[in-house]
Amino acid sequence: MSGILVVCEHEQGSFKKTAGELLGKAVELARALGTTVSAAVVGDVAADALGGWGAQQVYQVAGDFSSYSGTRTAAALHAIATAAAPDVILAPASYAGKDALPRLVARLGSGLGTECTDLRVDGGVVVGRRPLYAGKAFADVRVTRGVAVFSVRANSFPVPAMGTGRAPVQTVACTSVDPVVVVERKAAEHKTADLTEAERIVSGGRSLKSAESFDAVVRPLAATLGATVGASRAAVDAGYAHHDEQVGQTGKTVNPTLYIALGISGAIQHLAGMRTSRVIVAVNKDASAPIFEHATYGVVGDLFEVAPKLAAAVARLG
Amino acid sequence: MKIGVCVKITPDTDTRIKIQGDGIDANGIKWVVSPYDALAVEEAIVTGEKHGAEVVSFTIGDESTQAVLRGNVLAPGVARSVVVSEAAALKTDSLGRARVLAAAIGREACDVVFCGKVGIDHDNAQVPAMVGELLGWPVISRVTTFSAEGGRFRATRNVDGGVVEVVEGPLPAIMTAERGLNTPRYAKLPQLTAAKKKPIDTPSLADLGLSADVIAPAVTMTAWDTPPPRPKGRILQGDVDTVVDELVRLLREEAKVL
Repeated sequence: MSGILVVCEHEQGSFKKTAGELLGKAVELARALGTTVSAAVVGDVAADALGGWGAQQVYQVAGDFSSYSGTRTAAALHAIATAAAPDVILAPASYAGKDALPRLVARLGSGLGTECTDLRVDGGVVVGRRPLYAGKAFADVRVTRGVAVFSVRANSFPVPAMGTGRAPVQTVACTSVDPVVVVERKAAEHKTADLTEAERIVSGGRSLKSAESFDAVVRPLAATLGATVGASRAAVDAGYAHHDEQVGQTGKTVNPTLYIALGISGAIQHLAGMRTSRVIVAVNKDASAPIFEHATYGVVGDLFEVAPKLAAAVARLG
Repeated sequence: MKIGVCVKITPDTDTRIKIQGDGIDANGIKWVVSPYDALAVEEAIVTGEKHGAEVVSFTIGDESTQAVLRGNVLAPGVARSVVVSEAAALKTDSLGRARVLAAAIGREACDVVFCGKVGIDHDNAQVPAMVGELLGWPVISRVTTFSAEGGRFRATRNVDGGVVEVVEGPLPAIMTAERGLNTPRYAKLPQLTAAKKKPIDTPSLADLGLSADVIAPAVTMTAWDTPPPRPKGRILQGDVDTVVDELVRLLREEAKVL
């Protein structure tokens, strides 16, 4: 078999959205290339339903992978890649996509295009388009030797409706043991999407003036919108928000459909992390703040007045 | 015990990137230690101090990287640097770079090697995991705490979805630094002076048992461009209630995101 192999991640018995995004795109690319689409599944989950997203064959390594293991995940992906012998592998740019996937590529001796935001067929091969310098530049990425591996940023492609098709599942043996053991696992305190996968983000900047007002203004609006909380570097350095919440070149690079920036001036390094957001709303007192040049909708005003009223208006929508 | 740290020299985050051919215009750029690698350097120094261990840094970069290494890596406490400057190493892809670094690390018998979780230039986030794979070492990505004792490590890592895992495993191992791991120190004046005399070793690929063929790139990046400007937005001004109502209407009806 050849074709395109899609790494499908799952969590608590369900496939992640990225699995649908990537399978949908793989079907489109495979049509242009005249080839097939298969799915790689690492860990225990009912996987035949991936046929409904267009997978013609599923390769699965069974076992409990709920605590992350880089060694076992890389070994499982390598066993599947050996069984499926694909020309192209697509995977999400997740934790595993930045930990196990490079290890797979080192085993394959080929190449990896990281965190692509678009994929196309050009000259009979798959070509990725990807941001560099945290989105300050873009380039085409090609792999010219061996299996072409691409990781893809979440929210880059639409998720197709899942059909009723079922794909045959082939179990692949893999008995790797990781010398690293997880001795403690703490779930996230807030059950919101990870910034890198979030569809909506509400971010706060230095204008919030204190951790208390950050908590009183940014977090409630985010909660009302079902959004994940972000912050500028200035807000994190000032201690208003956590390291994990920083958006920008030295924080998370995000790609939501809605990004609301409260009191963020728009430093280059922040813009680099969020400029691919589909809709950007900026609220700032200073009409000359650089963020307004990038905003879809800019509100010149006091965020302490605007944010609570916006939260109330959204709440009224139900 | 010996500690290694991989360091990449990148443009400062405040740099406005201009494209030149299939690359960036290097004119006027301020070069710095990639910010996540700066965390790795600090952790290497702290770990070295704790265990009385020598700290060695590894870099692929041209000769101009040496000044940045002296000021920001050797001065704060790294004992010596290894810099590979051969053209084939500068031009290769992540796996090629990983082969170079793995070979350089292999000569030093390090017990742990710290890296940044990503170089903030090409944002590949590939090299540390590839180095681990090539050396057959465990790799722990996005580490926020680290300690070592009796040939084993204990580390905290941030996996997806805000989940935090504490892991233990055998040394040698690769750790990639995440924000929150530490706060990098600044070198003091006497250290800056002393750093001028610290050794920088510049092995050739042949010295590392490699050749240009062995590290030939499989990845090409072409058609470089700056991002397309965003379409001009709409500025809303005036009475707060009116502005908020209008914003909600636009988000619903025009942008269709609510």
